[in-house]
Amino acid sequence: MTTSRKLLIFGGLLLAVWGMGYGIWYAVFIEHQTLDGLGSALATGFMRAAENRMAESQAALADVAARSFVYVRQVDAHGHWIGLGLLLLILGIAFDRVGFAERVRTYIAMALLAGAIAFPFGVLLETWNRGGVPQAIAVIGSVLLILGLSGTAWGFARSDS
Amino acid sequence: MSIRAGASAAQTAERFAPFSARRIFVIGGIALILCGMIAGDIFAAFILHPNANRIGENLLNATRAVASHNPQAAGAAFQNIGGLLENRGTKVDAHSHMIGFGYIALLVALLQPYLAFAESVKKFLAKLFVFGAILLPVGVFLIHYVGLAGSPFAAIGWASVFADFGGFLVWVVCLCELAGMATYFRARPAIRVSDELLGDYSWAARALLSGGTLLVLIGFLHGSYYAGAHLFRYEAEDSELLSAMTTRAAAGDRAAALQAVADYGQLQGAKAVNVAAHAHVIEFGVLAILLAFFQPYVFLSERWRRTWAVVLLAGSLTLPVFVLLELQWGLLAGGLADAGGLLVIIALSAMLVGIWRYTGKLDSAAGGS
Repeated sequence: MTTSRKLLIFGGLLLAVWGMGYGIWYAVFIEHQTLDGLGSALATGFMRAAENRMAESQAALADVAARSFVYVRQVDAHGHWIGLGLLLLILGIAFDRVGFAERVRTYIAMALLAGAIAFPFGVLLETWNRGGVPQAIAVIGSVLLILGLSGTAWGFARSDS
Repeated sequence: MSIRAGASAAQTAERFAPFSARRIFVIGGIALILCGMIAGDIFAAFILHPNANRIGENLLNATRAVASHNPQAAGAAFQNIGGLLENRGTKVDAHSHMIGFGYIALLVALLQPYLAFAESVKKFLAKLFVFGAILLPVGVFLIHYVGLAGSPFAAIGWASVFADFGGFLVWVVCLCELAGMATYFRARPAIRVSDELLGDYSWAARALLSGGTLLVLIGFLHGSYYAGAHLFRYEAEDSELLSAMTTRAAAGDRAAALQAVADYGQLQGAKAVNVAAHAHVIEFGVLAILLAFFQPYVFLSERWRRTWAVVLLAGSLTLPVFVLLELQWGLLAGGLADAGGLLVIIALSAMLVGIWRYTGKLDSAAGGS
């Protein structure tokens, strides 16, 4: 098996297993509590407003925004890790058909794997740090993925034997 | 329609024999994807869109309850919204799991020659997978209707128990397949198997591979644009509008509060179409890549194989593009998006028919020999 295929198949499998493990941990220990908290904070925001207790109402709605920000990113990060892992695995099966020399294929595979790890990791980091570094990691990850996918699509179109 | 890989005709016939594991995974996988897509269309038209309207009505009721200083009514409106969200969530889950399991079935079908199991074990695992892959979405669909009726558990109903059991079966099969593959590669057999599915360089296979990768790339570009240009702004607007609904209603400014509810509905619509377009274009891309591998089994003339590959790719691009335009073009865009989905369903059905014909050809040849 070529290096590029090994990178994609085993990297993809590991990434998917990691994403599923993270997803199961998140679902069992955090997600249900987060969703319950989101629903009750939203209802509390409206009920306190109906009682004219506006400070409490606004605090509850701010809590909704904060929980929602974290929830969206947690789900996105684990979903993208699994999805990208499977995509790498599927591309890896066919990667010998990418019509470039093995050295170029290895660079493309490295870009895809690095992007698939970095992009969701940057998204996840945003839940702890709202500065520029997590966003920069996510952007670099997505740029690597876009470059890798462009190279793969071009290589598939070039292959004819 | 020739197979250009190293596998002999006899090997091909053996691997795709009647009720062989690969045949069960391929036909079962495509059937699951088709059923999931059709179910998604039916849910969208008859359940999800009316459900979204009811959620909007309840949010209006909650805002009116704030204006009339009635906290009980506000609480009741959110309880209704919770029920409606559960209904929506189970429908979306049933549809997406069916399609997701179909993708996994096609992927596992590719791995069959690389498993260190007897064919009887492979067949058993394939049947178990298909059973679990049907049980989970059916169970999830029924959660909203069965509720806790007759359940010995405090919070989990029978439908949920059966759905979880289905998911567990699929998970067990996936683990067994991985173990079988690890054993195969550890054993390092002297003669490696060659697979006809990995050596097809036909026009249709190449178009599906490169087209599918391009679709995934488009999905990624759109997702990156959405995250960079809209995600943070939409999150801020979401919070501002919720705040406006409560503060305006509590201050007696009903018109402004109701306007905030309407704007909130528009915002949720904008988020939904962006997420749906991003997810669908990537899913269709992955589907096209997977189908590229199975083109040697599509027993149709080269012209028709090319036609269905192009139809599938065209539908895969049409649906997400017009989903994105739904907010500007309304029903017209919705209709065109549905037409795109229909193209994908027709192309997928045609490929399934081609594979079915291929099984007939193999079986009749086996019967004659």
